[in-house]
Amino acid sequence: MEDWKELEGLCRRIRRHIIRMTAQAGSGHPAGSLSCVEILVALYFHVLRHDPKNPHWPLRDRFILSKGHVTPAYYAVLAEAGYFPTEELDTFRRLGSRLQGHTVMNCPPGVEMSAGSLGMGLSFALGLALAARLDGAPWRVYCLLSDGDCNEGQTWEAAMAASHHRVDRLTAIIDYNRIQNDGFSDYTHYQGGGDRRIGGWIGPNGYAVNIMSLEPLGQKWQAFGWHVIEVDGHNLPSLVEAFQRAQKHTERPTVVICHTIKGKGVSFMENNPAYHGKAPTPEEAERALKELE
Amino acid sequence: MMTQTGRLAATREALGPTLIKLAEEGLDIVVVDADLGVSTTAAQFGQRFPNRFYTMGVAEQNAVGVAAGLAAAGKIAFVSSFAAFIPGHCYDQVRMAIAQPNLNVKIAASHGGVVTGEDGASAQALEDLSLMLALPTFRVIVPADVVECAQAIEEAARRYGPFYIRMVRPKIPVIYDESYRFQLGKAHLLRPGSDVTIMAIGVMVYQALQAAQLLAQEGIEARVLNMASLRPLDEGAVVAAAKETGAIVTAEDHSVHGGLGSLVAQVVARTCPVPMTFVGMTSFGSTGRWDQLLEHFLLTPNRIAQEAKEVISRKRG
Repeated sequence: MEDWKELEGLCRRIRRHIIRMTAQAGSGHPAGSLSCVEILVALYFHVLRHDPKNPHWPLRDRFILSKGHVTPAYYAVLAEAGYFPTEELDTFRRLGSRLQGHTVMNCPPGVEMSAGSLGMGLSFALGLALAARLDGAPWRVYCLLSDGDCNEGQTWEAAMAASHHRVDRLTAIIDYNRIQNDGFSDYTHYQGGGDRRIGGWIGPNGYAVNIMSLEPLGQKWQAFGWHVIEVDGHNLPSLVEAFQRAQKHTERPTVVICHTIKGKGVSFMENNPAYHGKAPTPEEAERALKELE
Repeated sequence: MMTQTGRLAATREALGPTLIKLAEEGLDIVVVDADLGVSTTAAQFGQRFPNRFYTMGVAEQNAVGVAAGLAAAGKIAFVSSFAAFIPGHCYDQVRMAIAQPNLNVKIAASHGGVVTGEDGASAQALEDLSLMLALPTFRVIVPADVVECAQAIEEAARRYGPFYIRMVRPKIPVIYDESYRFQLGKAHLLRPGSDVTIMAIGVMVYQALQAAQLLAQEGIEARVLNMASLRPLDEGAVVAAAKETGAIVTAEDHSVHGGLGSLVAQVVARTCPVPMTFVGMTSFGSTGRWDQLLEHFLLTPNRIAQEAKEVISRKRG
């Protein structure tokens, strides 16, 4: 479908924004941003009912970014969707900018929640969904979580409460790239040496290995009372199809577990924990942008 | 207006009935509960408005986040627990999900202070006011009795923005009758005086009044102010007290670090430095009956009166 070609091109453009924004700022979180580009594009350009010119439209679907550090991807998608001019992306992380390192609610309008402390998004999303249900309003709520979000106890409190209250208009989305701040969440992407130990340990290259395995992740959510869908998180048609299936589920909330690659699209960032919270140097940015042409 | 009829009531008793009254009037109130609604009396609201009452189990972090989400969708969201748990168990959630985005969430926290009693130190929140006053968007109220508490809850519900209302577990003396009108940002003058000012909150307001009577027997006229509205603070009343009485004692069932005393001292230091002293908690609490604990930790009329005389002795010329 030509539709996908166009959106795939948009994904590449957003990846270039991510590289430019973090390189210019000299800080930020490029790799986790690169891993959720297709998820955000599928939502903002195919799934959400929203109006960038009317960000406070009461009947809009709500998207809640729980992994609040991936602002490069989020701001780039909001700008490309028309919430604010793409030129403003150049102000990312600068004094006086609306684009703080982590999200601030309504700053700029379209940003639905303040985040940056992991684990808080799903509770907020649940509160929104309960309000919509109480009002008999049609809108739905989507919440994007990271591996780190799923380390936080609050996420599981919210997961328990959402199915307990039978909130079927809530969809959780997990950007399951298995790399977090200190290193590798589990052994999936770990290629280095050393003994495979129980629990976490620090590998020879200084990154943590096996920080906190979430497996079996799908079964955990299922046990908490959720519909579970697993998809390739970089495949736009699969993502859209998954979100559409989630809309048809009743009685229970749905989680879409997106298998993703941290740093996706930039060869030297893929599955490399070094770029969780570090900007590319100017030379690295040049290489990355060339790869993303 | 001030009766001291001997009636006793817990400030928390105001929560459920006041929320019911306001929702019956049509206010779009919802209540998020973390398995302490029967204790805080919020459960009464749940009985009357089952669709507007959300049980979250013993999960305060989530309860605060859900309340924030409800508020972001336009609801007047009350979340209720013990002060040891909200804000104590979920301070970052209060900070990030409510305070920073300035959402319309009201925290009604019971079991403030050492007067929580027999449950012991773990249940006695002595630092909640310090925590809440550190969040610039929160208005913070510590009602002195059940009459004031009902009005403070109503005030919080009718105004936009985050509120923290601190309530207590035991039945304490009721000092106001129904003619009293709580005003946000106003200290309430309970007794005139020009020798010293005693500023108090919560259960210590009654203790302050008793202390003023003791002082009067010695010919010392103490001004007594109920400082229930900690933020916004009635700076005018503080400055006037410093200028007109020249000495100030603060009294609170809370740590002396970061509560009423610190707040007043900042205003006094900036505007009109005068001798001050601080009656409050300097350690964790313990177990015992609430009135025994007040005695044990010297949160008493005698202690306040002694401190008043001490602070008067430090007045200049």
